[in-house]
Amino acid sequence: MSNQPILQVQEVTKAFGGVTAVNRVTFDIFEKEILGIIGPNGSGKTTLINCVTGFIKATSGKIFFRGKNITGRPAHKIADMGISRTFQIMRPYYSLPCYKNLVIPLFSPRAKRTGGWRGGGKLGDRDTVGIDILEEIGFERDSFVPYKMASTLPTGYLKRLELARCLALKPEIIICDEIFSGLSMSEIASMVPLIERLQMDGITLIMIEHRLRELFRVSNRIMVLNFGEKVIEGTPEEIMADEKVKEVYFGSEEVEEVMSHA
Amino acid sequence: MNIEERRKERVDRGIKVRTDGIYAIMSLRELSYLTMPRLVLIVGLLILPLVMPGMYWQRVISIVCIYSLLAISFDFLAHFVGLVCLGGAFFIGIGGYIAAILNTSFGFPPIFTIPISTLLGAAICTVLLLPCLPLRGVYFAIVSLMYPLLMARIIEALNILGGTDGIVGVDSFANRWIEQYFVLLMVLLSLFGMRRLVNLDIGLVFRAVKDNDQAVRASGISITFYKAIAVFIASAMGCLSGACLVHIYMWSGISQFALDFSIIPIAATVIGGAGTLVGPVLGCFILVPISELLRDFGTLRIVFYSLILVAFIVFRSEGVMVYGQRKYHQFERWVKI
Amino acid sequence: MAILIYGIINSIALAIMALGFALVYGVSRVPNFAHGALYVVCGFVTWSLLRGLNLNYLVSIILAMIITGVIGALIYQFVLIRVRGMAISEIIASYAIGLAILEGFRWWGFKGMTYTLPVFVEGSINIGDIPVDLHRVVIVGICAAVVASLWLFTHYTRIGLALRGMAQDERAALMLGIDSDFMAVVAMAFGSMLAGLAAILLLPLGNIVVEAGYNVLILAIAVCIVGGLGSWMGAVIAAFIIGFAQILTVVYWGAHYQMVVALLAIIFTLILKPSGLFGRQKELEERV
Repeated sequence: MSNQPILQVQEVTKAFGGVTAVNRVTFDIFEKEILGIIGPNGSGKTTLINCVTGFIKATSGKIFFRGKNITGRPAHKIADMGISRTFQIMRPYYSLPCYKNLVIPLFSPRAKRTGGWRGGGKLGDRDTVGIDILEEIGFERDSFVPYKMASTLPTGYLKRLELARCLALKPEIIICDEIFSGLSMSEIASMVPLIERLQMDGITLIMIEHRLRELFRVSNRIMVLNFGEKVIEGTPEEIMADEKVKEVYFGSEEVEEVMSHA
Repeated sequence: MNIEERRKERVDRGIKVRTDGIYAIMSLRELSYLTMPRLVLIVGLLILPLVMPGMYWQRVISIVCIYSLLAISFDFLAHFVGLVCLGGAFFIGIGGYIAAILNTSFGFPPIFTIPISTLLGAAICTVLLLPCLPLRGVYFAIVSLMYPLLMARIIEALNILGGTDGIVGVDSFANRWIEQYFVLLMVLLSLFGMRRLVNLDIGLVFRAVKDNDQAVRASGISITFYKAIAVFIASAMGCLSGACLVHIYMWSGISQFALDFSIIPIAATVIGGAGTLVGPVLGCFILVPISELLRDFGTLRIVFYSLILVAFIVFRSEGVMVYGQRKYHQFERWVKI
Repeated sequence: MAILIYGIINSIALAIMALGFALVYGVSRVPNFAHGALYVVCGFVTWSLLRGLNLNYLVSIILAMIITGVIGALIYQFVLIRVRGMAISEIIASYAIGLAILEGFRWWGFKGMTYTLPVFVEGSINIGDIPVDLHRVVIVGICAAVVASLWLFTHYTRIGLALRGMAQDERAALMLGIDSDFMAVVAMAFGSMLAGLAAILLLPLGNIVVEAGYNVLILAIAVCIVGGLGSWMGAVIAAFIIGFAQILTVVYWGAHYQMVVALLAIIFTLILKPSGLFGRQKELEERV
């Protein structure tokens, strides 16, 4: 990992009228690491990500990507620069088959520049590249699953489709917004190797999660948010031992369980 | 207790399944299943001017084709891009006025005015509609509604471009056969062209913009740009039909911004079957002759279509074409549960 | 001075035209393209009651407003409720109904100079040294009273607060037990009555023509866009901006440029600040 952070978020604040959803949050991410962001519901995690990726304009603060100021840029420009994200409320293109879902990100200027999943050279037939990406993600190649309409697939497949949509852009950072939510234990267990392989392929990941056990196993560092403010940042072991974090999650059984299994 | 329950089940017809993919070549019967509807459409349209009794009805066919172009563009924008264009009259008016000006002031013959006014008109319409493209759908509807109304009033108030009298003395086509076959050909080209377009990659981007524009933005694609392309295509069709209209009637005036041109494409789409691109054409073939027959009733006919339109929407009817396609491809039967 | 006075009059007129549209859109997110139609309906009903049935003017006004409100509520109840949520169908249905009503009137014969409503008070007074019709002064007074009472209504009565609640967040309002369908019908009824009120106040200044319906629709929409779709305060303030702009245009350029002002106002708003002055939808796409 290099020393220069790939993404720097400085004092980002977002206020919706009287409600301050994100309050002067500052953090850095280094290349090829996995940062987990946790916090109770309403702590501003998704709003923070929306500010970083350009879906919402931050009230104040700055965001730097590889040293370039990307604060306030429109969302598609930020995605074009290499920061892609998944959505908490899943949004595949329901009226299209799965592999056609990937044609759209493959149509973007970034995919045309970077050659999509294959990398380098011409993009070729987007349908085939789409099927390739789906295979990487875990859809069986010769089955009928990639050809089914996206509206007919269960959650596990759709979460993978979201990741595939990000991958089609050959991103440098992927921000996963609660990608484990709604999945069963076995489905999560089969997604963790995928995440680890993405990290090995050189992609930096930010994961917002509530499933702390799996997150702690996968991530390099954790950041805790509460009421829009950063409470603490550190390695999973440090976070698990910290008193402030226990206060934040006071009374939550799951956290108690995770802590006690440290 | 022996309660027998049944439900209705829709099953693809055998012949539809057999014609999926390459197997369609297997027999003449299966080939004809696929090609017949399209052949009937094409051949039917092409021989229509020949069988029409008299010049009046031949002109009606031309007018139907002009409305069809507008209706196809409305269907495309509404059901494939998600933009409801309530002002088709705007495209017709802009295309028509440009053609008329090019013809009377600069002396270009129709063979030049039509392409130029199509492209120039589409550019102007796109630029004028550009401010509302990054915004939510309802803004586009409102702005597209207002433009024809405003243009009519501005032309009348400022008395430019011929004012209420309009621009007269526009050349017509060389002869009436060219007149009719040109518009017919345009309709066929647009119809099949758009059907191809919506299945191309760029067409998928349009449909994605309708389905879920946040995901499109997250994929690094500028929504405004692609909506602008879609509006350009749709307004090109509208301006083309406006230019043809002006050359058919040899006159260009405020009435081109009239509500007829705005409401008939919408009604034709809803009645004919939204989302099929053929449905609107069919809808025009139904509505426009009725409109001509009702011409004596004045603007009552607009009331008539509007009410039918509302009835179709409220009762969630799927439209003639969608119903027809369903019947053609599938059959229903009762199945015991 | 004349500019100030006529500016105020024009602005108040625009405000009363636009408030009905803003009310309906704010509460139920349905653009009521039949707004202009309801304006003409009220004028026609008043005229019929007054001249046809020879009722007292005040009685005709009250009855006409109630009838217009009922018609608006019926439109919502029987048509728009069924297409609630399907954006494309809502827009088309509302447009088609508005069109049906207006063109129906046009066919029925409302054109030309034959139909007028009498003014409330004859005569004029001099403000400063500018002669102003008493009727226009009355308009300003009544509109100011209406705007004030609307503010009080939405801030202090149960139904008014419910409407505001729905305008802010429909789901939250549902959770608090506010029946969103019923509220939307109420909003539509009020919106229609406001359109009717505008008709009653403004039609005596001219004739009852169908074109007025379209003009009202255009102006109402222009004011609402500049003020921000969904913001009631914004509509009032935008009405003043556009109203004064129109009067200034009339004075310096010519009366026929008024509509151009409306068009330019819309375009500038959409380019510079698309959500309008007080648009509550700060993020113009839906929240992620």
